[in-house]
Amino acid sequence: MTMTVPLLEVRDLSVTFRTEGVVTQAVRNVSFVLGRERLGIVGESGSGKSTTGRAVLGLVPAHGSVSASRLALNGEDLRHLTQHQWSRYRGRRMALVMQDPKFSLNPIMTVEKQITEAWRLHRRTTAAEARKHAAAMLEAVSIDDPERVLRLYPHQLSGGMGQRVMIAAMLIAEPELLIADEAISALDVTVGNEVLAILDRLVAERGMGLIFISHNLTAVAGLCDRVVVMYGGRVVEECAARDLAHARHPYTRALLAAAPSLDEPRASLASVVRDPAWLT
Amino acid sequence: MTFVIGRFIPVDPVLAIVGDHATQSTYEKTRLSIGLDRPIPEQYLIYLNKLIHGDLGTSVITSQPVLTDLLHFFPATLELATVATVLGVIVGVPAGVLAGATRGRWPDQIVRVVGLFGYSMPVFWMGLVGLFVFYGKLNWTAGPGRIDVGYEDVVDPKTGILLLDSALAGEWDAFRSAAAHLVLPSIILGYLSLAYIARMTRSFTIGQLSQEYATTALLKGRSFWGMVWRHAFPNILVPLVTVIGLSYATLLEGAVLTETVFAWPGLGLYITQSLFNADMNAVLGGTIVVGAVFIGINLLSDVLYRIIDPRLRLQ
Amino acid sequence: MTSLPTQNRVDGLLALPPTQNPLSSSQARWNHAAVLTRKLGRSPLTILGLAVVVILVLMALLAPAMTGGVSPIAQDLSGRLQPPGAAHWFGTDELGRDIFARTVYGARATLAIVALVGVIVVPVGLLVGTLAGYTGGFLDAVLMRITDIFLAFPSLVLALAFAAALGPGIVNAVIAIALTAWPPYARLARAETASIAHTDFIAAVVLMGASKWRILLRHIVPLCMSSVIIRLTLDMAGIILTAAGLGFLGLGAQPPTPEWGAMVATGRSVVLDQWWVSTIPGLAIFVVSLAFNILGDGLRDIFDPKSA
Repeated sequence: MTMTVPLLEVRDLSVTFRTEGVVTQAVRNVSFVLGRERLGIVGESGSGKSTTGRAVLGLVPAHGSVSASRLALNGEDLRHLTQHQWSRYRGRRMALVMQDPKFSLNPIMTVEKQITEAWRLHRRTTAAEARKHAAAMLEAVSIDDPERVLRLYPHQLSGGMGQRVMIAAMLIAEPELLIADEAISALDVTVGNEVLAILDRLVAERGMGLIFISHNLTAVAGLCDRVVVMYGGRVVEECAARDLAHARHPYTRALLAAAPSLDEPRASLASVVRDPAWLT
Repeated sequence: MTFVIGRFIPVDPVLAIVGDHATQSTYEKTRLSIGLDRPIPEQYLIYLNKLIHGDLGTSVITSQPVLTDLLHFFPATLELATVATVLGVIVGVPAGVLAGATRGRWPDQIVRVVGLFGYSMPVFWMGLVGLFVFYGKLNWTAGPGRIDVGYEDVVDPKTGILLLDSALAGEWDAFRSAAAHLVLPSIILGYLSLAYIARMTRSFTIGQLSQEYATTALLKGRSFWGMVWRHAFPNILVPLVTVIGLSYATLLEGAVLTETVFAWPGLGLYITQSLFNADMNAVLGGTIVVGAVFIGINLLSDVLYRIIDPRLRLQ
Repeated sequence: MTSLPTQNRVDGLLALPPTQNPLSSSQARWNHAAVLTRKLGRSPLTILGLAVVVILVLMALLAPAMTGGVSPIAQDLSGRLQPPGAAHWFGTDELGRDIFARTVYGARATLAIVALVGVIVVPVGLLVGTLAGYTGGFLDAVLMRITDIFLAFPSLVLALAFAAALGPGIVNAVIAIALTAWPPYARLARAETASIAHTDFIAAVVLMGASKWRILLRHIVPLCMSSVIIRLTLDMAGIILTAAGLGFLGLGAQPPTPEWGAMVATGRSVVLDQWWVSTIPGLAIFVVSLAFNILGDGLRDIFDPKSA
């Protein structure tokens, strides 16, 4: 293997927000490289993991500024894209599944319209053909009765169904990179596991790259190849998922200690004790 | 049903108030003609009974049945309010969406200032200045009234809406005259409704754009404005129906001051003049029309609501 | 373990956060006031609105000095309908009265109406709204139905009806406007009360044995105040316009008292030839209500950024 271009390169990514004259650095000098593999990003809320995911898609709010020495998809520089150029990447080349389908689906649009949308935006096809694809996509996310579901509105879907619809809508235009931002956190555990299994299968079948952002260490360890641990806006540790149990950084160890485990049941879980020195 | 009752009760306090006033001028006459010598509840029942049979009594001033008067005055208000609301919606909704989507930047500031001006303008003064400039000085529009005197009886009043009547009759000179009279008051009222509609639309837009589904649309590769119009806008329409309905109802209830300044023979003018002349039957009749309009518009926006919002459709 | 602030604000990058942990409630209040003042300083338009309102108040208070002793009611039939000039800055009206003096004195009527309406409407709305919201049940239903009835009417027509019934005059105009203006405040106060009444801290006060009235007046009413006051500022412009409208129709201050709405009305018959008679007092109404609108808008942005 000589010099294959990685799917996604991120080097020295920083995101800064400025509100009411107060400057907040949400992401500081984050770097990682992703091939056609599954990368988990873990960290507590506010660690900058979600902002990292959105910065990759060019979706940082207007009051935030993004800088990076490299941000590239398949070697194509993403740093100075116009909004118009971004819209050709989003949906078609990369996509993102958010936490709660209750909010991420448009409440007054049918499932069909929402799933076919990306397809119709990126490939000019007829409505009938788009509909056929949408139905196939729903089958791919293990929905039994696609024709019926296509006619429904989001409020008629359960949380698990909603999230599958969301995945279908995001994957229909066959992006190379999928970012799942807490995609199962709003779901019941069993439903979440089903959705996780669907994601797992689709990523394998389609040979996509996946960034799985979560605070759920167990899910990340089970799904991903590699894990990046973020704290205070920076990467504090990177390791193979199977080595997570042997992670060295005290923050990672603290996170692990705070997670419940069936193998070693404990009466009370440890709470994470933070050390300012981690940030330097 | 309780709603209907709730809305209709206002007839009673006004009855009492105007009854007080009537004592000053045509005390005995009014008293006898409407049976004020009887206890209030009985009066009310008698009145309701007549109302059900379509009898609103006789106006003291015009000495015509109030119903006839109202059929004459209401179309003028309907014409003015409809044109004004259409203007308000056509300009106000896009302006509000634009302002909300460009929050804090210059298009937003412009819409905001235009809206604030509308909110602050004394409408009767704007009417006078408008007449002075566009009728007095520039002679671009016609003066007060609905139509030039010469055309007054040219057209057979089928609907009472002069624009429609003259167009139906093919009397294009009369149509032009009516339009020239309508343009100034309807622009002024339209400006007021524009200010309100744009402000509400703006805040709805900001609310919808902060929703996650807006991000989803961008994620699929929609452009920002594509997202605004195709995703956020339909969601804005749902509450906007109520706002437009409210604004329309307010204008239909009689834009008293505008109608006064422009000598526009509409509902507002009718109620006001009757009020000043202690013409109780006329005031009551006018008020009932106001109430009915209010209910009607409310029902209409309820129906529209259900058509637009799938979440309500299936209940 | 509170040594480290939340993740987003580390390394002292957060330049002096305005709210350090306050040590006392007065310190908290000072902090709060400082933040609000700073926000106000960043909004020149709001300051402009405030300035115009201050000028209005000064105009009302210092009217005799500002007009240099020119009477607003002295007639001069030989000098009727003079155009604006050196002798009469804003010209004279159909009775030869100085329009500048009348406009300055007119601020008194406007200010009096606005202030009186505010003084009546706020307590009434607060009382009805908090009472309905806190007691609930039958009383709530009755009070809110009454509120609905008032709300269902176009306020100008209702104000007209009241003004016509009470007879013309400035006090009656105030009563008429107040009668039509209170319902939204009751609605607002009720909504706020309903959300406050079920909070834990009210439950705590109940457990401490506070009486109903004490809870209502000492705990709920103060919390409703800020939104009610903002609403009042936003409504001021509307109140001024309604008052001017009543004046225009002859139901406000009676002649010869100068009142802007009535002044516009007197110029109505001569608007095509002597434009200034109507235009100038109308402009005064416009400027003042614009100032209140800008001020109210700005205050809402400052106190409640979400709804902006």
